[in-house]
Amino acid sequence: MFGAGGGTSSYREVEDSEVILLWGSNAREAHPIYFHRVLKALRKGAKLFVIDPRRTASAEFADLWLGLDIGTDIALANAIAREIINANLHDLTFIKRATTGFKKFKESVDWYTLERAELITGIPGDAIKELAHSYANAKTAQILWTLGITEHHNAVENVLSLCNLALLTGHIGRWGSGLVPLRGQNNVQGGGDMGALPDKLPGFQDITDDNARRKFELIYETKINPKPGLHLTLMFEAMHRNELRALYVIGENPAQSEADAKSARKALSQLDTLIVQDIFLTRTAEMADVVFPASVGWAESDGTVTSSERRVQRVRPAVKSISSTKDDLDIIVGLADRLGANWPARRPEQVWDEIRALSPMHAGMSYERLDNGPGLQWPCPTTQHPGTEYLHGWLWEKDLEGHQAAPFSVTVHEGPKEHLNPEYPLRLTTGRVLDSFNTGVQSRNYPSPIRTGQTIDLNAIDAEAIGISDGEIVKVSSKRGSIKMTAKVVENLPTGLVFSTFHFPEIADINLLTNDHWDLKSGTSEFKASAVRIDKFVDEVTI
Amino acid sequence: MTKPLSIRTVVTVAEATAIDAVAKQAEVLIRSDRVVRGGLSRIKESRSFLLPALHALQSESGWISPGGVRYISELLQVSEAEIYGVATFYDLFRTDRPIESDYLAHVCVDPLCSMTGSEELLTDLKKNGQESERSACLGLCANAPAVFFQGKQCPDYAMADGDLGPSLQTISKGDQLLKRVGRIDPTSLSSYKNSGGYEALSIAIKMGPAAVIDLVTESGLTGRGGAGFPTGAKWAAVAAESTDVKYIVANADESEPGTFKDRVIMESDPFALIEAMTIAGVTVGAKTGWIYIRAEYPLAIQRVTMALAKARHSNLLGHNILDTDYSFDIEVRKGAGAYICGEETALFSSIEGYRGEPRSKPPYPTTSGLFGRPTVVNNPETLINVLEILTGGVTKYKSQGTPKSPGTKLYCVSGDVHEPGLYEAEFGIKINELISLAGGPTSATQAVLLGGAAGSLVEPEHFNLPLSAEATQSHGVSLGSGAVMVLGEQVNILDVIIRVAEFFKNESCGQCVPCRIGTMRQHEQLLQIKQTIDVARPNIELLTDIGNAMSDASICGLGHTASTAVQSAISSGLIWGSND
Repeated sequence: MFGAGGGTSSYREVEDSEVILLWGSNAREAHPIYFHRVLKALRKGAKLFVIDPRRTASAEFADLWLGLDIGTDIALANAIAREIINANLHDLTFIKRATTGFKKFKESVDWYTLERAELITGIPGDAIKELAHSYANAKTAQILWTLGITEHHNAVENVLSLCNLALLTGHIGRWGSGLVPLRGQNNVQGGGDMGALPDKLPGFQDITDDNARRKFELIYETKINPKPGLHLTLMFEAMHRNELRALYVIGENPAQSEADAKSARKALSQLDTLIVQDIFLTRTAEMADVVFPASVGWAESDGTVTSSERRVQRVRPAVKSISSTKDDLDIIVGLADRLGANWPARRPEQVWDEIRALSPMHAGMSYERLDNGPGLQWPCPTTQHPGTEYLHGWLWEKDLEGHQAAPFSVTVHEGPKEHLNPEYPLRLTTGRVLDSFNTGVQSRNYPSPIRTGQTIDLNAIDAEAIGISDGEIVKVSSKRGSIKMTAKVVENLPTGLVFSTFHFPEIADINLLTNDHWDLKSGTSEFKASAVRIDKFVDEVTI
Repeated sequence: MTKPLSIRTVVTVAEATAIDAVAKQAEVLIRSDRVVRGGLSRIKESRSFLLPALHALQSESGWISPGGVRYISELLQVSEAEIYGVATFYDLFRTDRPIESDYLAHVCVDPLCSMTGSEELLTDLKKNGQESERSACLGLCANAPAVFFQGKQCPDYAMADGDLGPSLQTISKGDQLLKRVGRIDPTSLSSYKNSGGYEALSIAIKMGPAAVIDLVTESGLTGRGGAGFPTGAKWAAVAAESTDVKYIVANADESEPGTFKDRVIMESDPFALIEAMTIAGVTVGAKTGWIYIRAEYPLAIQRVTMALAKARHSNLLGHNILDTDYSFDIEVRKGAGAYICGEETALFSSIEGYRGEPRSKPPYPTTSGLFGRPTVVNNPETLINVLEILTGGVTKYKSQGTPKSPGTKLYCVSGDVHEPGLYEAEFGIKINELISLAGGPTSATQAVLLGGAAGSLVEPEHFNLPLSAEATQSHGVSLGSGAVMVLGEQVNILDVIIRVAEFFKNESCGQCVPCRIGTMRQHEQLLQIKQTIDVARPNIELLTDIGNAMSDASICGLGHTASTAVQSAISSGLIWGSND
């Protein structure tokens, strides 16, 4: 945000936050280690607001849980902003010095009165007001979010509406205040940092920037295509159109993780070449022409990973990899060799030094420094630089230390793409539970005492209306398909909302139902909002 | 997957109603369709309602029923296991089965009551079909033997001298701290005011906090619970804390065997305690006070509760008391049968809804006491001394007692004297003078147990010992809470010591090892000595080792003093001459 792709704060800062907004995140189950820090903050007296359509395990710790309707986050954020402005709790000095576009923003949120927000989100206006005042009045406050914000067709707008709140109150660029997207894996941040994005070179340098490109071209002695590539969702569209003919998949399982999985599998099956590099023979790997068995990154490889707090840490092999597998780096370099390229950097440290030479934010992080400490947080431009605990401290400096002021963004509530209708009257949302990981590739082979399989959760009122009871087999349908599932009657869902995990595609392939409307800016599908119906299961229905 | 045990854990309507009456206001989760209010800070705040909720459940059902526990768990958002942990900590909560009929009789078997036949009384009660249990001291030592009747859907009451409940009277003589005791109607605020009540508060408000602290410091008043810490210093420390939330706690968990002075004050002069606490609150800047009274004092609880209501009604408590800017109010918390809760930090844990286990010091209560806030904790006797200091002046106050122990002291004289009771006398009074004051001995005195179970045996040749902090200390004993148990010639001292050891074994909270193991081994060893006293030499070294380990390594006063009486019996040679 504000020109850098990473959370603004260090993990431990949340312990010093007075007010914490956990928005669209069930961190207690999905980010349990990080949640320990949230708990520390709560034990010190911090106030926790959880904004989530479900009353999740995380929400059980909340001073206030606000159960908004799916996809109404922007309306809520804008109503909070309006309330803060109307109550004169915004930080005008900060706004004047460090931001642009306030006037326009103020006008844009004026429509979002508490009354309108209550109608749209379902949350009582006085609860919205309480949240707004708490957040604005706190000395330090953080907004934490995960996929409840980003797995929507308007993901970027959602994030921007949260950024607006931080700019409005000055809850950014200071210790204990910030914007923190929680990442699901130990190196998601690293993937983006290294340029695994369609429009970025390593270190978030824009591929359309001639100067940046030239720097890489000089060292790589080759021309770099200035046209941004395709993100995942566009890739699948290109595959459907037979324009994209070959796919090299590293550590992903799109045959099961993509929304509308049936259609994704069709796209994969019509490729000329599908190469999969993974530590497991995933559903996608089963479809591949070539499979490269990879060794396990966190246990068998040498190199670095980067966590959500932008901390680059060394990893080293703890066990020897089995003989039929190879390190990811060796596979890629080996492939390059076969293709006739002769890459000079072949060992992890050589690759890392290449990155340091090209990415200014990593320049100061030598292996020597990484080896002798708890890692370093980017930006770290020189070998004397201590790393950066939180981003955007410049917002508080005179003249912003030469940076451009941070812009407010005008965001408009739109709601989920897929509307409910009499045929599909229920809103389906998906999520994760504590003891499983994504499509279950890495977790389903291990026993867990708290694993209850995959169910379709709904509340008692909906269950009664459909005429089903707890534990009954039901048919769940969206306009993309139908699957057979076990119904579970729960207390933590409002009427009209049903929930399932997607950890057990072999039991119930929920992503056959999910909505593949996606965000134009991020390419993320709207996993969090599909329209479905639930029927009593009758035997003759073919699944 | 194993299925959970299918025990019936449904709360009854009556249980839920009883719990709601005391704890509904503390309900943590407030639910509506789209908003749920809760959170750790609410759980923490609400948890202090756990003890009252357990009392309500015990009183309604005669036990801590699983269904009731589940209901409280939902209400306060405290896990059932934690609630069970708290309930099992206290003697007066039953977790295995309900009380059978209307009452459970707790018969005191501590030394004084045993001497007057409480073991026989216990047998008789059981024979008559009354469900009865052995109990630690009930603070009715001057009226022994004592029984506390714990009611199921009936009010608790205490019985002594064969009398029932409120009519029991303890002989009390004194003209300062006890000047109103027995002379005014303890249920009447005007009666209290007509005999000088609330003069001290007016004086304190006029003087202002700083001057009151100076005065209390100058008076040399020290805590009357046994430790003898200067009260003025304590108040000054809390007054100096800058936080806006502070507490005054009256430690009325008077459980030291042989001690009953605070009971008499609360039963017969409850407004004095309330006035003194109000002065403390105004002086140190606290807005809330807590009186923690042991459950075995039902009359004291009733009188204090009634007095609080009357004081509140007359603007002597609450917002802007006496139309000043000061606000102060008091809550009563009822203990549930745990001697250790008289230890100040254990008392905080108990009020907060946790097991009444002591905490390590530092931090001291003056910086981090109740709910982690700066807290003045004094016992009722200490507090009402402040009234005398304010109304009578420092000069008069210091003219009494000794230079190092100024003022008067309440002595609880019990045992083999003609008139056992509560006697107010100056510090420095000698033991034999005190015995004369109480009508003289009924038989040749073998020894006096001074300071209760945590105290020491004093033999007759030392009865000219002046009872002041400095004199008792230089003699190697402690005045403690002011308990003076007179043991006549028919008393088996070894039995007294064994009972003292049993008392500590039962009352050790079990948190720290030296005390948990030591009190058990000490009791075992004494029983063995009793069995083999005719044939074997007692293993004194072992007893001394156990005692040293406890006093060196325990974290609180209970462990420190659990061997004091035993050791004094050994060093005085009293035990080995006493076998029949």
